Parts: sequence; structure tokens; C-alpha cells
Amino acid sequence: MTPEIIVPELSLVVLIGASGSGKSTLARRLFAPNEILSSDTFRGWVSNDENNQEATGDAFEVLHYLARKRLARGLLTVIDATNVRAEDRQPLVQLAREHHCLPVAIVVDTPEKVCHDRNSTRPDRDFGPHVVRNQRRAMQRELRGLFREGFRHVFTLRSPEECSNATLVRQRLWNNLKHEHGPFDIIGDVHGCYDELIELLQQLHWRITSIPGEPEGACDAEPLLQDGIPRKLVFLGDLVDRGPKTPAVLRLVMNLVASGQALCVPGNHDIKLMRALSGKNVQIKHGLAESLEQLGREPDEFREAVRKFIDDLVSHYVMDNGKLVVAHAGMKESMQGRGSGAVREFALYGETTGETDEFGLPVRYNWAADYRGKASVIYGHTPVPRPEWFNNTICIDTGCVFGGKLTALRWPEREFVSVNARATYAEPRKPFLKDGPHPLSLQQEYDGVLDLEDVSGKRHIETRLMRNITVRTENAAAALEIMSRFAADPRWLIYLPPTMSPCETASDGPYLEQPREAFEYYRAGGISQVICEEKHMGSRAVVIVCRDERVPSTRFGITGNNNLGIVTTRTGRPFFDDSGMEQSLLARLRDAIERVGLWQELATDWICLDCELMPWSAKAQALIRDQYAAVGVAGTAGLEATVAALKKTRERISTIEPILTDAIERHQLVQRYIQAYQRYCWNVVGVDDLRLAPFHLLASEGKVHLDRDHTWHMQTLSRLADGVDPVLFATPWKLVDLSSPASEQEATEWWTALTGSGGEGMVVKPLSFIAEGPHGLLQPAIKVRGAEYLRIIYGPEYTKPEHLKRLRSRRLGAKRALALREFALGVESLERFVRREPLRRVHECVFAVLAMESEPIDPRL
Amino acid sequence: MLLSISTTHHPPSDIGYLLHKHPDRVQSFDLAFGKAHVFYPDSDNERCTACLMLDVDPIGLVRGKRGERTLDQYVNDRPYVASSMLAVAIAQVYGTALAGNCKDHPALVSTAIPLEVRIPSLPCASGEELLHRLFEPLGYRVSVTVHSSNTTGEPSDKPSLFGIELAATKTLSDLLSHLYVLIPVLDNEKHYYVGDDEVAKLMRHGEGWLAQHPERELIANRYLKYRRTLADDAIKQLREQDGESPIAIDSDSPDDPREEATENKLSLHQQRHHEILSVLQTHGARKVVDLGCGEGKLLRELLKQPNLEKIIGMDVSHRSLEMAADRLRLDRLPPRMQQRVELLHGSLMYRDQRMDGVDAAVLCEVIEHMDQPRLEAMEKVVFWSMKPELVIVSTPNSEYNAMWESLTAGSMRHKDHRFEWTREQFQAWANSICSRFGYTCEFRNIGELGTTSDGRDVGSPTQMGVFVRDS
Repeated sequence: MTPEIIVPELSLVVLIGASGSGKSTLARRLFAPNEILSSDTFRGWVSNDENNQEATGDAFEVLHYLARKRLARGLLTVIDATNVRAEDRQPLVQLAREHHCLPVAIVVDTPEKVCHDRNSTRPDRDFGPHVVRNQRRAMQRELRGLFREGFRHVFTLRSPEECSNATLVRQRLWNNLKHEHGPFDIIGDVHGCYDELIELLQQLHWRITSIPGEPEGACDAEPLLQDGIPRKLVFLGDLVDRGPKTPAVLRLVMNLVASGQALCVPGNHDIKLMRALSGKNVQIKHGLAESLEQLGREPDEFREAVRKFIDDLVSHYVMDNGKLVVAHAGMKESMQGRGSGAVREFALYGETTGETDEFGLPVRYNWAADYRGKASVIYGHTPVPRPEWFNNTICIDTGCVFGGKLTALRWPEREFVSVNARATYAEPRKPFLKDGPHPLSLQQEYDGVLDLEDVSGKRHIETRLMRNITVRTENAAAALEIMSRFAADPRWLIYLPPTMSPCETASDGPYLEQPREAFEYYRAGGISQVICEEKHMGSRAVVIVCRDERVPSTRFGITGNNNLGIVTTRTGRPFFDDSGMEQSLLARLRDAIERVGLWQELATDWICLDCELMPWSAKAQALIRDQYAAVGVAGTAGLEATVAALKKTRERISTIEPILTDAIERHQLVQRYIQAYQRYCWNVVGVDDLRLAPFHLLASEGKVHLDRDHTWHMQTLSRLADGVDPVLFATPWKLVDLSSPASEQEATEWWTALTGSGGEGMVVKPLSFIAEGPHGLLQPAIKVRGAEYLRIIYGPEYTKPEHLKRLRSRRLGAKRALALREFALGVESLERFVRREPLRRVHECVFAVLAMESEPIDPRL
Repeated sequence: MLLSISTTHHPPSDIGYLLHKHPDRVQSFDLAFGKAHVFYPDSDNERCTACLMLDVDPIGLVRGKRGERTLDQYVNDRPYVASSMLAVAIAQVYGTALAGNCKDHPALVSTAIPLEVRIPSLPCASGEELLHRLFEPLGYRVSVTVHSSNTTGEPSDKPSLFGIELAATKTLSDLLSHLYVLIPVLDNEKHYYVGDDEVAKLMRHGEGWLAQHPERELIANRYLKYRRTLADDAIKQLREQDGESPIAIDSDSPDDPREEATENKLSLHQQRHHEILSVLQTHGARKVVDLGCGEGKLLRELLKQPNLEKIIGMDVSHRSLEMAADRLRLDRLPPRMQQRVELLHGSLMYRDQRMDGVDAAVLCEVIEHMDQPRLEAMEKVVFWSMKPELVIVSTPNSEYNAMWESLTAGSMRHKDHRFEWTREQFQAWANSICSRFGYTCEFRNIGELGTTSDGRDVGSPTQMGVFVRDS
């Protein structure tokens, strides 16, 4: 006969057997090498000698440590050691319990003689025959106690033949329904409210037909398919107690589960009812009396069927590739997909602190506040006035039996469907509906303070556009300082713009940068159409503007002022020191959005814009004065005197002419440099002196607009510059067909004219916001700066041929890689915000962009 | 960049001998950072002017440097102003004159002759006054032209670039020595690494005048670019040359000079520390965190308290923590002492579990460095998440600013202060904390109480709140 060893897919397998019994051979045959932790190997690692018994203590310490790490990650682990004494096994059983997985024993009971013969062929096992004899005696003495020790499955192999024939079956855990993808309609605590349940099912597009002559609850149910995909119901437990029609609810749900149309997890009330039905001594409280009384009118077989139905329920389910977890009272990450008494307790009651509150109810530990898991956890148990997402968890028990609502959550749509209770069937001990409208949501309240653990150290951030992006520890440390000392409130920071690379350097000619190279980059990336937008020389500004003063608190969680939004710089600082100026600018913008009807069109009460804010001197006043103007003034003063002295010398010494010519040229270059920055500076007294040119309409309620191409952004935003308000400024743009030399020529001439009259230059973007080339994501934008503007960047004299030649050797690789990572992070943060994820998830991306910005990159690029 | 030196000595062309450069020729020299040309715009019987022109290569100035992150590394005034590069050019092109050698006319070297110097662009961030303070004690007539760099028409608050003319009767060697030392001192930048031989250079070129100069400390400090040990050496040597005893010099690095200058007279920080220690003592604190510990001045005091079992210093600036570790000599403390101290890089804007379980938190002159809208986050981190039994907060009392003449009305004591509160503002804030988080606060004055000349009570320079958690 072939012995079959059946182990749960997540278990701690403990091999038990004397030295030489063949445990290691068996383990190697049945399990993967990484799954096996062998005591001999660990002895070898800590002491260089696999048989060094003196090293056993250290060896097991490390072995246990490793086993813990594996079990925490949800990996099956095999302990290959003699494990013949209960005291050896006890810590292992403990380990399995700590990680809520099942301990499995495989006893290898090989006859003593066989063990001896095997050991004698191995020179490293030169111990006497008493060793194996003692091991086998100890083992046999305690074999029967293995179940009592805590092993749930014990398999015994009694001969070398059984050992070599045994096969292994890994069994899926009952709670593992990762292969079930739904879609699901998940329903909160019903508590015997049958009529409301039927109404809810109908609203969820289920056709419910009662069967004439059958008792209430015996019906045919089928989902009316809307998109051809059958939906499945999921009940979060607490079907019974308090309400008027517990038997009908049970009958309906039991039928639905039996026919595979529904899943159900047990609630604490269900379990207590089951215990009562099993004849256990339970306190008849909290509505149990009603259930027992109603069930008393049912036949015995039905009561027995109910008892068995509840007894068979699985504590919780992990579904939809691990993205969804359902349990009655919630489930913390370390327990998801595991099985133990503690897991079951948690699923039924949640976590309590052991204290009771003023209503005599147990004080619940808010496990959801610490929740960081990837799976969304849907649960019930505690009645709440309305369902609210909180750290990717949600309670949908809206207290139907207490006169509230019965609520369903549609997955993956995340929509709520509710019906009102037809009566108040029971009075809650704690008045949950009296909660009243709260200014901030639970999540916003919690998000008022972020945790250092969510930003510090080396981090990997998953983004939709680029998968994992790594943030280095040093960069995170730098960002921590900047973010803490200078940045605006993180609740406003939903986006930081990426850095922008210039085009490749022109290999010859009078320019360092020109449109040709930018067009060539996108053509090589397989792009057929690009948009050229005039680059205004101001400062980058990210604007969040709200429709009224309430939105900052309702949507962003910011209270305590009457602001309309915020304007931040590209590193997340408040743009204005003067908040009066900021708010009047936002009011002007709000009015323009109102005028053109954009609020209604986008169905939103806030908008996030990427803009250029002019003049440059509005933000960069100190920079211009201390750096640019300082150079201009010094250059003028120094070279004027030099030219004068040289001219005078030339009267006597003509050979000085070349030095004079050069000095005159340099003096002229400095004058052009001064003109270059002066053009971007004007005095700002009030908001009327500002110019705001929005160029990306990044996001609004429920939507990140990066699926719209740049023409849409330009056209939509140009409507704001309707001429009524001169502060709002439309950006001129041009489409270029990259297969048409004429189109390219036209754009190049446009650029030449722009920069010739002192413009900064233009930005070239692929027409679609997010563009992929043959080697992945393409640069979202490339700047082509004008020759005069570059004087401020490369110095007054950079156009002298001998300088230009040296400046051409610049490398763009690091800048471009950075731009892509920052772009992916920016898009990610917007998408997370719009999905209403917890602030830490949005902030993580924003923080990462800031961290990236601390990379040393040539600032002239 | 141009340096003109003229003389009306008779015959004026003697200056050509002294400089070792013929007045009728144009001479060019290659220097590490570009070229220098010497030429004479005037050379007649009345007057002779020698010009030293620097043609600095702006691209060469930065090429090869790695890891530069700011634009001012690339575009700056260096090619156009008198700086340490001019000093180097003086030493290389006018080396013999600077050293006081002249083969052909040895007697000329020690003759004081009437000299005029013109420098069209000389940077001095400290302002015009320093030009006078440095040159006038040496006997120069100084006349200054201000170059203003405002761009948008509003008045620029402090000009920092000047044209300067100096006139005196001196030996050329003395004049060149003065320029050699004082130009970099005024500019307060060095284009090269300041090494140990700089002390020797300063002593050599300052011989005979620097020891008696009333600004010798400033000159030495700046010449050696605030490299403290070098500067200390130099100042000691100078004092000895002048016949004074070399006194010990406090090597504490200066914070913002405004705050130092105004507050230091009272050694206010010592009084604050003293008060904090006594409050900690009274409340029997054992585990203390200094939030915003900076360079660790308070930590050093806390370490001396034997009843403090655990002392955590937290700061948002990694650099400050490195300096704190240095200051406390952490790596050299005995292991038991080392275990008592922990320096953590963290932020008051983020909850931090590493500080759970402390029984006292100190925020000594910290909150005023935070933007007011962000105080809310700090309040939650300290009073809601960490919630120690005792929290001590000290901050400037803005009313007291009226007592300092150096502070113009409405200005603050430190350039990074985001706000300074009156007593009423601070107490209102503290009381709101108490009601929201369950604390009771008691207020203290640190430093002498002040009354303005018109009899107004302005309180003490520092105000402190001692928050005790309600049980």
C-alpha cells in the first residue's frame, strides 16, 4: 500500500524519527530544498560540524528564527531533526500557533537495526548503539500524545518501503478562495431582517421567486445578468438574532450556499445559536431568545440542518487573487488565509482590549488603524452610520435590525447598495445612529498624522507605469528634512511634477538645443504626432482649486481656515508667503472655472492643475537678485572699466587690439545676459500682476485625466483664459506630424521666432499623455530652450565657440531616468488620491519624488 | 576683472621697475584659471597706471567637478570680481614686487610713493562699512561706488558689490600685501582648498601690519574661511606678536549671528537649559527625548544628570546629528554611557514609534522653526501619539524684541523663525493643547524681565510652558 501524506498548503511539518531513520532522504524526496530546515545543516553553519551536539542550542535558535520568517511569509516549512522528545516538539507547536498555521507530524518509525546499519556506513556518526535505542524508546513512549501536544495531523511510516513509497498531497486551505474572482455582492449583518434582505437582493438585480407551498425563505434565486458575468453573494455572518424572520433568512442563505450561488462566513451570533442548538449551556441574551423561539416553530430536521450549516462555516475567505478578504469582524494581515483558534476568534469578535466602555460593551482595539495589507478587508459586526473606507478596510454593517440600513458592497465596483430598515426591531445599547454628520471622515481623522515608518529607509514603491521604484535610504533622509521643514501640509500634496530633460545636444551649429533632436527622440520612439507648447519662463506651480470653502475639509481633510485650495512649488512648498495673494489668485481661477462651466462638465468640486506662474521674479526674487543680477552687475562693472582701460592703452600700443576686441565682445554678452533675465522679471504688487498659465488638467473628483491627449488639455484649459480675467493665460501650441518635414519645419520656425524675441523656448510632448516606445515608457516631455535663455543657465559667455564646444559634452541619461521615475510616481500619487486611498499611500509617492530630487544631477539640464 | 595701480611719483615710470613690467609693452601670463594681462593705459611724465587684467575661463572654472548640485556652481560672479583669484594673480604676476625685490632699483623698494588703486568690482556681503574698517586703519583714503543689483525696481536691502578707490603713500610691496590679504577677506570666498600652509601665508603677508590691525580676528577668521582650528592658531600667533597672552577661544560654531549677538549677552540658552534640567528633576523624569536636539547642546547637559536613564536626541537634520555625535564624543564614551544616549533622525511631522514610552519630551526653541499650519501635525505627534507625562516647550517671547535695538520692529531673532509669539499667543496655543489632549500647563519666564523705556512690561526674552499630562 502507498501511504499518502496530506498536508495543508501552509503548515509546519515536523519530522520525528531516530538518527538514521531516513528522515532527510524522505524530506528531500517530498519537499523543495528551500522548504527543509535541517538541524544538521544549522549545526554545521554555527560550528562547522554537523554532528557537534554542543552546538545544538545555537543551531536551534537560528533554525527557529528562520522558521519564523518563513511562516510569517506564509510558506510551508519542514523541520528535519530527530524531534523524538515532547520537549523538542513543544517549541515547534508553539511556533506554528504563533503564525496560525497547522503543525503536522510525520513519524518515521524505522526499525532499530536499519538505523544502526545506516549509521555505521557514515564515519561521522560514530556514536554507540544506545543512542538510536534511546531515541526510539523516547519517541514511542510519547507517540500517542502527539494529538494532545497540538498536532492536527499525524502520519506514521513504519518501514523503509513505506518511506520510499509515500506520496505527498498539498491541500488548499478552506479559506483560500483566491481563484474565485466574483464579481461579488457582499452583504452585511442581516440579523433576521428577511424582508429587507429580499428587497436588497432585488436592488442588486437578483430575481427571487418564492416556491408556493414552501415555507418563507425557500425560493429560487438567480442573478439577472447585466454584463453576462454571473455574480455571487457573500454574507458576512450574523444572519440570526434580534430580527423577526431568522428562520427565513437561514433557509434562503443555506439554499444559496448549497447551490453555490453564495458564500457565507460565520458571525458571533450564528456561532452562539449553533452552540445553543447543540445543547451547550449559553446565556440567552442579545436577541438569541427570538431566534430560538422562531426556530422552535420549525421541524427538528431544519434545526439540525441549521446547526450543521453554521458548524461548517469557514472563519473567513481570501478571494480574488488575494485582493479581497471577507470576515465577520475583520481580519488583520498576519492572520489572513490562516487557520487557528485565534484566527477564528478574531474573525468572530475582532480584537478587544479587555476593557469595557460606558455601555458595558467590550472596547474594541482598532486593528484597522494599523492595517497595511494589500487585500481589501470587508467586514461587519459593529453597526456604523454609513460605510467608510479606512486603510483599505470597510465595515458595511449599517445596523438594519436597529432601524438603520442593510448594505451591500459590489466588488470589484466598490459601489454601495442599501435599503432602509422597515422597523426598529431592537434597540442598540450604544446609540450608533446619533453619531450625526462628522466634519471629517474616519480616514481623514486618522490621516491627520503620518507615520515615519511609511516614508523612511529604503523603500520600493509599486507604480502602475513602471512597477517597482526604489527609493534609497540617503535620499529618503534628505526628503524627510525638506518635507518637514518646508513643505505644505501633506494632505494638499497629491502630486509633484517630474523633472524635465532637455533634448539631446545639437552636435554642431550655433545652438546647444534645437527642436530637431526632440523630434528625433520621439520619432525613434515610434511616435507619429507631437505637440509643441510654448514654455513660459515663470515658476512651476501645482494648483488645487476648490469650488467653495467647504471642499478643503470634505475632500482633503483640511480644516481650520476658509481657504479655496493651495498653490505649491515643484518641491511641494507653498508658492506664496502671502496667503492673501494665494487665495485671491485661487478665487479668480475658481470664478473662471465657474464661468466656463467646467465644474459641471467634470462633475467635480475640485481640480488639480499643473501650471506655470509668472513672473519668474514672483518666486525667484532672491535667486535673481543674489545670483543672476549679481553676475550681471559685476560683469558690467568689471568689463566697462576693463574696456575703458584697454581703449586708452590702444592709443599708445596697437598690439592690444585683440584683447580689446575680446573684452568688448564679452561686455556685449553680459548685456545680453542681463536682458535675458530682465525679460522674466517684473514687480508684483497685487494679484493682477501675476500670470497663470495652466497646461495640464491633472485630476478632478473620481478622475485622473491622463487618458486624454494634450489637445484636450490645451483646449479645455484655454477656455479659462477667456479674456475676462487677464491673470489667466493660455499657452500657445502647435501640433507636429513627425512624418512631414514641412510640419517639422513650421514648428522649428515657430520656435526660432519665439526664442528670437526672448522666449524661453518650447516643450515637446507626445500627443498622448502617457506614451510607450519600443523600450518602454517615453519621456513625457522634452524641453527645447532658446539660445538667449540658456545664457542664464550656462553663463553670459557660453555662446563663444570655444566654450560651446566644451559644453556640448553633456549627458542626459541620469536626468531622463529620473524624469521617468518621477513621472510614474506622480501619476501613481494622483491615481491613489482619486481612488481615495489612505494619505500614507499618496504621500509615499510624493515623498519619493522629493527623495529622487535629492539625486545629484547637473542643474543646468 | 581689473586692478589698476597708479602713481604720481617722479618719475612715474619707476613703477614699471617695481612691478618688473615694461610700461610700453603688453604682457600676458597663463594662470590655472585663465589668463592675466598687464598693460599701462597711462604712462607719461605726470602719471603712470599699471593694469592687471584677469581673463577667467568661466567654463574651465567648473569643469571636472563632480556632484555639484546648484546652479551657482556654474554661473556666478567669479569671472568678473576681485576675489582670491586676483590675490593669486598678484602673487604670480607681481610676485617680485609683492616680496619687495627690485634688482635694478633696490632703493625704490623701501620708498613710500604716492599710490592709487582702483578695483571696479569688489564683492563684500557685509556692506560698505567693512571696506572702510579694513583699509582706513592702514592709512588709505577710501572712496566707494555702490553697484546695486535690484531687478524689479524695488529697493534692494543691502548692496554687496562695490567699486573702490584707495589712495595712500606707501611702498608698493606693502600695498600689494594689503590687497593680497584683504581682497579675499572682503569677498569671503576661496576658490581653492584652505590648507595648513594658509596660516604661514597669512603670517608672511601680514607681517608688520596685521598684528596691529583692529580687525585682525575678523581678517584671520575670514582669510582662513572659518576653519576654526586654523583660525585659532592664527589668532593666537597674532596676539603673541602683539605682546598679549593667547587666551582660550570658544570653538562653538556660531548659529545665526543675529540670534547670537542679541541673546548671547544673557547666555540665555544656559538659563533655558538650567530651567529644563530643574523641571525634569522635579518631575522625576527618567526617559527623556530632546525633540529638535540640533547639535546637542542640551544633550550634553542631560548626559551629566545621573538620574536620567535614557536620553534620546531627535532632529530632522542629519547633519546636525552628526555634529551632535561629534560634540558628545559618542564614539569615545564608555559603553554604559553610550547606551544611555541615542541619536535619532526623525521629524515632528511624523509619528515615530521609536519614541514610545519616554516620560518627558523637550522642545527647546523648536516650534518657532515650523510653519504655523504644520503645528497641528507636531501637536498630534507629541501630545497624542507620544503623549509623555511631561512636555516642556520653550519659544521666544516676541514682546521682548522691543528691548533689542539691533532688531528692527517686526523682525525676528533668527532667519529661520517662522513666527515669534507674544505671551498671550503662546498661552492661548498651550491652553488649546491642554483642552484637546488632556494636559495642564504652567508658564515660566526665562531670562530677565524687561520694561521698555516708555514703561511697558514686555516679559522675559524666552517663555516656557511645562505641560503635565492629566492622570
